[in-house]
Amino acid sequence: MSAFWSAWVWAITLAVILGCTWLLLATRKGEQYKETTEETVGHAFDGIEEYDNPLPGWWFQMFIGTVIFGIVYLGLYGLANVKGFYGWSSVGQYEEEMAHAEEVYKPVFAKYAAMSIEDLQGQPEGLKMGQRMFANNCSLCHGTTGTGAHGFPNLTDNDWLYGGSHDAIKQTIAAGRTGAMPPWGAVLGEEGVRDVTSYVMSLSGKEHDAEGAARGQQQFQALCTACHGQNGEGLQALGAPNLTDDVWLYGSSFEKVSHTIRVGRNGVMPAHKDLLSDDKIHLITAYVVSLSDK
Amino acid sequence: MIKHETIEKNIGLMILLIILVISGGGLAEIVPLFFTNATTKPIDGMRTYSALELEGRDIYIREGCNVCHSQMIRPFRAETERYGHYSTANESVWEHPFLWGSKRTGPDLARVGGRYSDDWHRAHLYNPRDVVPESKMPSYPWLFENKLSGKDTAAKMRVLAKMGVPYTEEEANAAREQVEGKSEIDALVAYLQALGKTHSEYTNKR
Repeated sequence: MSAFWSAWVWAITLAVILGCTWLLLATRKGEQYKETTEETVGHAFDGIEEYDNPLPGWWFQMFIGTVIFGIVYLGLYGLANVKGFYGWSSVGQYEEEMAHAEEVYKPVFAKYAAMSIEDLQGQPEGLKMGQRMFANNCSLCHGTTGTGAHGFPNLTDNDWLYGGSHDAIKQTIAAGRTGAMPPWGAVLGEEGVRDVTSYVMSLSGKEHDAEGAARGQQQFQALCTACHGQNGEGLQALGAPNLTDDVWLYGSSFEKVSHTIRVGRNGVMPAHKDLLSDDKIHLITAYVVSLSDK
Repeated sequence: MIKHETIEKNIGLMILLIILVISGGGLAEIVPLFFTNATTKPIDGMRTYSALELEGRDIYIREGCNVCHSQMIRPFRAETERYGHYSTANESVWEHPFLWGSKRTGPDLARVGGRYSDDWHRAHLYNPRDVVPESKMPSYPWLFENKLSGKDTAAKMRVLAKMGVPYTEEEANAAREQVEGKSEIDALVAYLQALGKTHSEYTNKR
């Protein structure tokens, strides 16, 4: 704020305070220090007159009190560019709060940051901190208990799209992941999609159309093995799921699987390294590991 | 000495004095903000909303999202730990109208961009309980059916340009093409993903 506007704010504020004080004193009625008067305001309606009494003393004194409060407040907290006696500012108060939190929590985070993910499994307090941060940052997609939702992986089973090693999990949280299942509808045609779906369903021993599956196997070998592997066992380096187990991120019905093949899937795990400190990601990783570590 | 009676019996004088009294607050608290850099200059590196994001913003307003979601992170640790850097006035210079909100039934959205995937936003807006069973947010399934015509997008940009948002005539001319045929959910998700992402002055690491 420029000096002019600062002076402007001050001038109006002081004018208002002084104006209120003047108005209070100038319109004060009746004899000084006397609570009542016999004078009337001079009008009568239907024979009813009105006494011209002064403000009650306690009321008048409260008015004066608010004026004094206002002046003291200005002195303590300041206004516009002028800092008050306390030197207060909202950002200053925020920074003080942050510095205090840093002092209190830094040693706690440092203690857990020095431990490996394995060692943290035996630290209920640390895991609880991880659980709190999971609830705040991860539960909207993965659920409050980590069991996931349609399209958002269950973290409590032992099936990992991008690998279940501690480093892989931490990497997933920090840098995020982007699924890259392309749409095959145009390449395969509707019949091809149905055939490949039958084959994919046969891989995990689900009920399927054997003839379609036999035809679908040819196309699977040509188009799908690069990511999902020769036998459909998946490839964690690419996040390509294992098709032979019975874990389905996008549903296991014929319709769901064929939809996945037809239009593709691009599940995104957002990166958290710009949102959370390394120490926090470390604790969240420990908590996520604990979910499936039975 | 002035008599109260004089003012009471002279309505013109009373109007004048009332205006004088009530303008004191506005003159001291509001007027200086029209002339202060902190409230009139956009933050460094600020970009405008794209045509699609702008349409998404209008859907956000139409559906009343701002009634339950604020876009104003206050400078308290309890807020910045959850939402990121506190909001500053120079981030809202191009917001017409601003959507700070006054109530949080849902969380603050000032920096929600990039926190969740597009798929999550779509699933969540279609039926919030599909992804967050505890949620009491309403469902917005019609956003998936309604298509944008884009016929007003250019006009919206030109109006905003008049109010000081640096949209160019070229951008306005290209707007319809970028928007036409897209569904409302595409626009709304694009807007949500842009929230807090239109500049990179602040670090939100916490």
